[in-house]
Amino acid sequence: MLTPKTEAELAEMIAAAAGAIAIAGGGTRGVACEGAPLTTRGLTGVSLYEPGALTLVAGAGTPLAEVEALLAGENQRLAFEPADLRALLGTECMPTLGGVFATNGSGPRRIQCGAARDFLLGVRFVDGTGTVVSNGGRVMKNVTGYDLVKLMAGAHGTLGVLSEVSLKVLPRAETTTTVALSCGDLAVAVRAMSAALGAPYDVTGAAYDPQAGAAYVRLEGFEGSVAYRADKLAALLAVHGDVDIRPDSAELWQGLRDVAPLVGAEGDLWRISVKPGDAVQLVPALGAAQCLFDWGGGLVWAVVPKGTDLRARMAVPGHATLMRGSGFARFHPEPAPLAAISAGLRAKFDPRQILNPGLMG
Amino acid sequence: MEMPSPSEMVLADKPKLIEALLQVLPEDAVISDLAETRAYECDALTAYRCPPMLAVLPRTTQEVSDVLRICHEAGVPVVPRGAGTSLAGGALPTADCVLLGVARMTEVLETDYDNRVIRVQTGRTNLSVSGAVEDEDFFYAPDPSSQLACAIAGNIAMNSGGAHCLKYGVTTNNLMGVTMVMMDGTVVEIGGAHLDAGGLDLLGVICGSEGQLGVVTEATLRILRKPEGARPVLIAFDSNEVAGACVSDIIKAGVLPVAIEFMDRPCIEACEAFAKAGYPMCEALLIVEVEGSDAEIDHQLALIGDIARRHNPLELREARDADQAARIWLGRKSAFGAMGQINDYMCLDGTIPVSTLPEVLRGIEDLSEKFGLKVANVFHAGDGNMHPLILFDANKPGDLELCEEMGAEILKLCVEVGGCLTGEHGVGVEKRDLMIHQYGPDDLEAQLKVKDVFDPKWLLNAAKVFPLPVTENRRTAG
Repeated sequence: MLTPKTEAELAEMIAAAAGAIAIAGGGTRGVACEGAPLTTRGLTGVSLYEPGALTLVAGAGTPLAEVEALLAGENQRLAFEPADLRALLGTECMPTLGGVFATNGSGPRRIQCGAARDFLLGVRFVDGTGTVVSNGGRVMKNVTGYDLVKLMAGAHGTLGVLSEVSLKVLPRAETTTTVALSCGDLAVAVRAMSAALGAPYDVTGAAYDPQAGAAYVRLEGFEGSVAYRADKLAALLAVHGDVDIRPDSAELWQGLRDVAPLVGAEGDLWRISVKPGDAVQLVPALGAAQCLFDWGGGLVWAVVPKGTDLRARMAVPGHATLMRGSGFARFHPEPAPLAAISAGLRAKFDPRQILNPGLMG
Repeated sequence: MEMPSPSEMVLADKPKLIEALLQVLPEDAVISDLAETRAYECDALTAYRCPPMLAVLPRTTQEVSDVLRICHEAGVPVVPRGAGTSLAGGALPTADCVLLGVARMTEVLETDYDNRVIRVQTGRTNLSVSGAVEDEDFFYAPDPSSQLACAIAGNIAMNSGGAHCLKYGVTTNNLMGVTMVMMDGTVVEIGGAHLDAGGLDLLGVICGSEGQLGVVTEATLRILRKPEGARPVLIAFDSNEVAGACVSDIIKAGVLPVAIEFMDRPCIEACEAFAKAGYPMCEALLIVEVEGSDAEIDHQLALIGDIARRHNPLELREARDADQAARIWLGRKSAFGAMGQINDYMCLDGTIPVSTLPEVLRGIEDLSEKFGLKVANVFHAGDGNMHPLILFDANKPGDLELCEEMGAEILKLCVEVGGCLTGEHGVGVEKRDLMIHQYGPDDLEAQLKVKDVFDPKWLLNAAKVFPLPVTENRRTAG
């Protein structure tokens, strides 16, 4: 296992690589590419944390848990709410900060405040030739040159291996309350979530769990404010079914974030991204799948019988990623002109095609 | 400002090019007369001017594609233009270019409140996007000062921000999909009404690429429900340092205002003389705005008031109603107009870590003395996006150059303390040569490689963003 301790070592290892390298942060995604395994676990440490400026800079291999504990000490958090998918994917290693950004992993709050990529302010990475590149910085507004930061977020290491990330953090909410709607029908749930997200009450999560027969809408903030908005939302959603208000329900959202309702389900696991309202159109494709709907319907987690080509059955725009299972490409094939651009970028940043080769196309 | 010398060959073939363009565009969409092309000789960075060889004003994505394909085949440089409000010279033409304006592409294509998105042609102005959805109490969040005039195309090219981005983010955080025409005429669809990219985040790198990677003709934008209400508080301090510390404490306390604006004494004085908003005369003013229901606003303003009082403010003026709120914003919103009335000015927009605010303000003061030019500061303090306005006299020989030299020194200072050259205006031609202070050769090369992929012949807005010597081989290779 290649375990560089410094960025310079990482650069040397990549420059000297004779063949493919399979990159992992902590290895929680369980993706096995061909090649010599390399982990960023040795690139650790928070080098800067300014709570008053809402910024943090750390090595890509810094354990996510360490960063979250540090932030909690200042009453702050990673607002995009990265999920802990270890139970779902059946993996055990330690999630790293770099891994979160390399996979653009975002939880329920993505619908309100954005994805991991929206909180990444700067990166340092080593490209496929062993060259160290820096882009962005540690300030919240930065349009100096091209935004390679976003390009690296979600690139799954195929353009370069992240060595350091700089990110924006936000204050932790004083309290979390959930307005829960009893509901056994996806169409009703999507309509209710859409009404909630389109109301002026700053909803920070909207998910539907068919297993529990409930749609959940989350409110966060100062106690009085949350209580006021919960009453307003409960009244708004009452036309769709029975509603109850659940104060102090942060734990419920941790479960939704980590896709807990689908842990242990047998079959292939897909993650589908569509226009929230289009979730309903997916029903024929999903068949008897066990599902969890997040982002107001825009994110669908589905467990289907092994070997089901869910992608071929999708009749709406969007994309499906195979998170666990085999027999299909992990990522959704892109239309030809986009595939050409992506391949062009990979060829420029990794001319030897050694970084997680074949993972993204 | 050095620009590449025009290609004699391209200029000589102008009649042939006009003929080809008229095959794909209506007559009124091709502008070749010097009297008319002069209208496009500059953007809001008026110090630099150059009429384009031709201007074209297509109405559809297909027409844009046809124009680009023709220019690509003929090796003619293209400069895209939104509404021409760039402060960085992003739309400055070269003498041998076809200026491609999207001003006639202003349609709303789809409004979808259930999914909270709107799809528009990109020539539409920023404010009129909000205007199209305000009857349903929705709005488009990024709000650059020029929002009445600036086009979505330019917002995407420059990744524009605004006063309210502390809470709502900048353009890139609110852009969900684009229809873009590549330099060779290929039309690509990237993203859409779904939330995340399926492959590489191409949308992320296109936003803010200053029109160098493609011409965005249609955009899917996130729209949001308007909050129930919003009110500001104005807080006066007797020093910049204390005001800066107060900003930091507000953020640390867990309140997330939608805007925190900062004005220093020279700016306050100019605004007061111009707009008579009734501001207290002091060293530093903060305007902090929060949103929500009346009770929520009261609660947040009370928290902010408690924090501010620990810093011994000279005055704390809370808006109780819409009228008082408007008075508080009046001076700030007229800041640029006020400065423009008393002087010519150059507006910078370097961004700094909030903690370095006092240090940078002192540094700017020192530079102001050294160069003998006055500076007024007004900026988005919550996110460290400075807007120093350097005052100069355009009629005085040498003053512009002196001002530019001082501006460069201020921006270098921003980079030195851990910040960047530009927070929301873009690099354009204005800050092109300063890029080497922010990025090393390998960092720049990585960015150039991206352009190599999207525009291998380097025809699209190629003289911007990067220092000319850095891009020369690429630009002249084709």
